[in-house]
Amino acid sequence: MTRKILVLSLLISAFLLGFTGNIQAAGGEEDKTSFIMHHVKDSHEWHFATFGHTHVTLPLPVIIYSGDRGLEFFSSSDFQNHETHLFGEEYAHEGYFIDEHDHLGRVDGASFLELSITKNVVMLFIVLIFVGWVSLAAARHYKKHGAVAPKGAAAIIEPIVIFVRDEIAKKSIGPQYKRFVPYLISLFLFVWFGNLLGLIPGAANMTGNIAVTMVLAVLTFIITNVNGNKDYWKHVFMTPGVPPLMLLIIVPVEIIGLFTKPFALMVRLFVAITAGHIVILGFIALAFIFESYTIGIASTLMVTFINLIELLVATIQAYVFTLFSAMYIGSAVAEHAHDDHH
Amino acid sequence: MDLITPGTGLIFWQLFGFLGLLFILIKFAWKPMLDALEERESSIENALKAAETARNEMANLKAENEKLLTEARLERDVILKKAQEASVKMIEDAKEDATKVGAQMIANAKAVIETEKKAALADVKSQVAALSLEITEKLLRKNLSNDKAQKELVDGFVNELKLN
Repeated sequence: MTRKILVLSLLISAFLLGFTGNIQAAGGEEDKTSFIMHHVKDSHEWHFATFGHTHVTLPLPVIIYSGDRGLEFFSSSDFQNHETHLFGEEYAHEGYFIDEHDHLGRVDGASFLELSITKNVVMLFIVLIFVGWVSLAAARHYKKHGAVAPKGAAAIIEPIVIFVRDEIAKKSIGPQYKRFVPYLISLFLFVWFGNLLGLIPGAANMTGNIAVTMVLAVLTFIITNVNGNKDYWKHVFMTPGVPPLMLLIIVPVEIIGLFTKPFALMVRLFVAITAGHIVILGFIALAFIFESYTIGIASTLMVTFINLIELLVATIQAYVFTLFSAMYIGSAVAEHAHDDHH
Repeated sequence: MDLITPGTGLIFWQLFGFLGLLFILIKFAWKPMLDALEERESSIENALKAAETARNEMANLKAENEKLLTEARLERDVILKKAQEASVKMIEDAKEDATKVGAQMIANAKAVIETEKKAALADVKSQVAALSLEITEKLLRKNLSNDKAQKELVDGFVNELKLN
């Protein structure tokens, strides 16, 4: 096993060093690491690799809705230099431009809504299709064979479903757990597969994007508060066991608390996944900065090691996101939320 | 695009994409799956319960059998005892009867013997009488010459006879 990793690391190091020349040619220290942030952020085009002056990219659709011009479709390649694949205000197209920071702008400054299929949106679709396909394939088994022992996709999905149902939903929500199980399973699978697929080289950092985690956190927030019972709201607005004067302080804190919970959900996943990608890319960047075989081998070994940790993090973060969602929902539907909350 | 500013496009696609996935999966994946899981779990539970019931029933049956066997054994013992008593009594009775019958038979035999003896004695007496007569006759024939001796002899015989 160790020998295989070493051989693989050497090969990858040699492969990566092949790029150093190009990167050096491209610019100074700044450019050697700029690809890290470029990878971590969303982009209007999907950049895979650069060989010399050839950029292997996938141009993506740019969709814009504006009050005055309606719905418009462009390709990201309309807004860039065809040679260097760089975006810039000078490559404006039909009144729109993408600046060097990958921001879409309008030449006349009027307001518009961007609905582009960016790199992360494509990644999102891939994850959605993957999760949907695996889950439906698993469900087909039960439709075909009834309630028998699982096989195929069902054998993969069933333990996860049972884990989410018994270990997360049942324990954190209590007797009313049943109606929240489908949401929690979907959430777990989406985040988990999102994290795992994001670790594939060349894939996008989708679950490490704040827009994605925000939507998931907001959904949990909505489900929590829509299902909040009397005890839950009483706990927020008339916290039991607190002197009336203290309520002046406690109630605002409780109200802020309603929002900090989903905020924490959003930030935790975003930070954990983004940090993992940055660490991996940082180790890869070491090879470019030092331009040394020794560093290349060492950093590749480290990358392999961090990747293994990231596999763990991918699972833990999916579990944590689902668990905390379940706990927030549980606190909202519990009959005596104030007893176990403190 | 910025790291911590959510992009509107991604929010839009994520929201509707995820809601779409949620809708499809809840309807076509999780509902049949969770139902099937519950069905399987309940069927396993039922099977376990049925096994438990069967086991209890078996135990009950066994206990009942044991009880029946014990009862049968007791009954057998009682019957055997009774039979033994009956046989002992029968033997006793038979013995008693036999004794009685024997005594009767002995008594009868004694009576018969007595009768026979008497008859034999009578016969002997008559024979002795006849013999005596014969002897007397022979003596008389032989000793007719000596009347006096004959008379004395006859007298002696008669006296002897009287003594018998």
